[in-house]
Amino acid sequence: MAKKSVIPYGPQHPVLPEPIHLDLVVEDEKVVEAIPSIGFIHRGLESLVDKRDFNQMTYVAERTCGICSFQHGMGYCEAVEHIFGVEIPERAKFLRTIWAELGRMHSHLLWLGLLADGFGFENLFYQCWRIREKILDMQEMTSGGRLIFSVNTIGGVLKDIPADMLRTILSTIDEVEAELKTVQKTFLNDYTVQTRLKGVGVLTQDQAHDLGCAGPFGRASGINTDMRKLGYAAYPYIDFEPIISSDGDSYARCECRIGELFQSMDILRQAIAKIPNETDLATPVKGNPNGEYFMRVEQPRGEAVYYVKANGKPYVERLRIRTPTFANLPGLCEMLKNTELADIGLLILTIDPCISCTER
Amino acid sequence: MANIKRSPWLLHYDGSSCNGCDIEVLACLTPVYDAERFGIMNTGDPMQADILLITGGINAQNQPTVKQLYEQMPRPKVVVAVGVCACTGGVFKECYNILGGADTTIPVDIYVPGCAARPQAIIDGIVKAVDLFQKRLEEHYAKKRGQGRNEVSANG
Amino acid sequence: MAEVIHPEEILEEIAASDLLKKVMEKKKEGYRLSQICAALIDGKYELSYSFADDVSYQYITYRLVIETDVEIPSITEIIPQALFYENEMKELFGVKVKMISLDYKNKLYRIRQETPFGPKEA
Repeated sequence: MAKKSVIPYGPQHPVLPEPIHLDLVVEDEKVVEAIPSIGFIHRGLESLVDKRDFNQMTYVAERTCGICSFQHGMGYCEAVEHIFGVEIPERAKFLRTIWAELGRMHSHLLWLGLLADGFGFENLFYQCWRIREKILDMQEMTSGGRLIFSVNTIGGVLKDIPADMLRTILSTIDEVEAELKTVQKTFLNDYTVQTRLKGVGVLTQDQAHDLGCAGPFGRASGINTDMRKLGYAAYPYIDFEPIISSDGDSYARCECRIGELFQSMDILRQAIAKIPNETDLATPVKGNPNGEYFMRVEQPRGEAVYYVKANGKPYVERLRIRTPTFANLPGLCEMLKNTELADIGLLILTIDPCISCTER
Repeated sequence: MANIKRSPWLLHYDGSSCNGCDIEVLACLTPVYDAERFGIMNTGDPMQADILLITGGINAQNQPTVKQLYEQMPRPKVVVAVGVCACTGGVFKECYNILGGADTTIPVDIYVPGCAARPQAIIDGIVKAVDLFQKRLEEHYAKKRGQGRNEVSANG
Repeated sequence: MAEVIHPEEILEEIAASDLLKKVMEKKKEGYRLSQICAALIDGKYELSYSFADDVSYQYITYRLVIETDVEIPSITEIIPQALFYENEMKELFGVKVKMISLDYKNKLYRIRQETPFGPKEA
């Protein structure tokens, strides 16, 4: 019987882009248990509701996380719009969908790059990030910001995407698709990549369900759920099916996210084809919100819940953001059991952790 | 070796940022912006790093970590605060768990503004940091040479 | 047009003593715990336990309204993954949760200020 020892992992670690600390209980090279300790990025963002009114909170909500920034802003706005009971203009719905999917693409490409870096394939890492820059250029062209757009407002959006920009997006997607197909071959068919990913960090469907895993992490384990089906923004007008896999290992997670990249391109093409011509971009709201609502949106990392409770004052009473990584943490701890110590860095990456989201 | 120019190594630590600046720093090191062409190299090891790039503000828990990283770096060293949160605390300044910018904990030499800081601005900051590092290195050697002579005279 | 599945969200107020029973029921029905959230409204805690179904997309929230000194049982015995949520509300709001399977003892976020969202002493 090997002796148990505890290895502290993180917060500053070469493979981790963000600080998270794990106490790994190991027996020889096998991990028996992993206990996370978070709090390195806890800011207490939700407490700002006392100091910023409900309009200003949009910008704070966007800064929950820089990667899925647009979707955070959108989630908060949709929640407040539900409380007001306003219907936003059709064009604004489509614009939100376009920005959300661009955001999803850049997030997944970022993740693919980090994964490649995690298993030591630096060339692939650079390729993914090079492709990602094209998406970032689209975001910058349409909104003026590379990562944080600040285009959301309660009742709609602040900026329009003119027709010529929509055409540029379409042509860029074509380029990205061609390049992605090349990269995809390496991720899915390369022998060395397969040996690093296949059968590593398996989470079965039952485990994933019991632990409440969300997003691509859950879908890779066979949980067929996608919050976009709830029909917020322009998703009711778009045909898509959640991409699921049943293997539940790191390879399945990679496969799922690559599938979602192609799906996002498809959604973008549909949205651009169907976008109505309207000059009105935002429905003005009157007064202050009064009521509460749980808004669920599908972020690149999974289901995010925005709970807004307002009492008719300009300052919202409570804003709670439950982010996907927070829901995926128990799944991560479960998955790390009985794995090799050398795989830990890679396995933490496979849940696509966003620690800034988690701790807010 | 004193007259040979060195390539400073860069260490990146994410304080309590929103991740925006964090991934822009990474974007700077990848092909399109490629900050490594200015003679720096990215490292994950504080003991070998010369330039510390810090994003995000300081909170109660990461304060000791930041301090420790700074102390582990060999002298001379340069600190670059990237993004408005690392400069002043930014949009989160009034949150209960934010103590302020990076300069509340460690001395900061170069401030890069922006939310999120653009790669161009980050590269500008890195280039300034490389120059400052070279200057500090020369001063460091000059001081060491001066000390060496004193020692000789004292002993000799 | 894609199919939209969006059943109306259900919000049900329950007594603290019914909590474990309700949670057990939902677990048996195959719901997953979506979130637990605390709020301090007019000097009382409002705890929301939300459950989601992955097939019907049904969202059910159980609402507990309790005085600030009432102790509530932990649901980690039934749903182990609730431990992060419970530790969170314990640390940030000062909600008294007993018997959490892994109690971080207010060291989850390790903040300097005690219960920043909790009741302010007048």
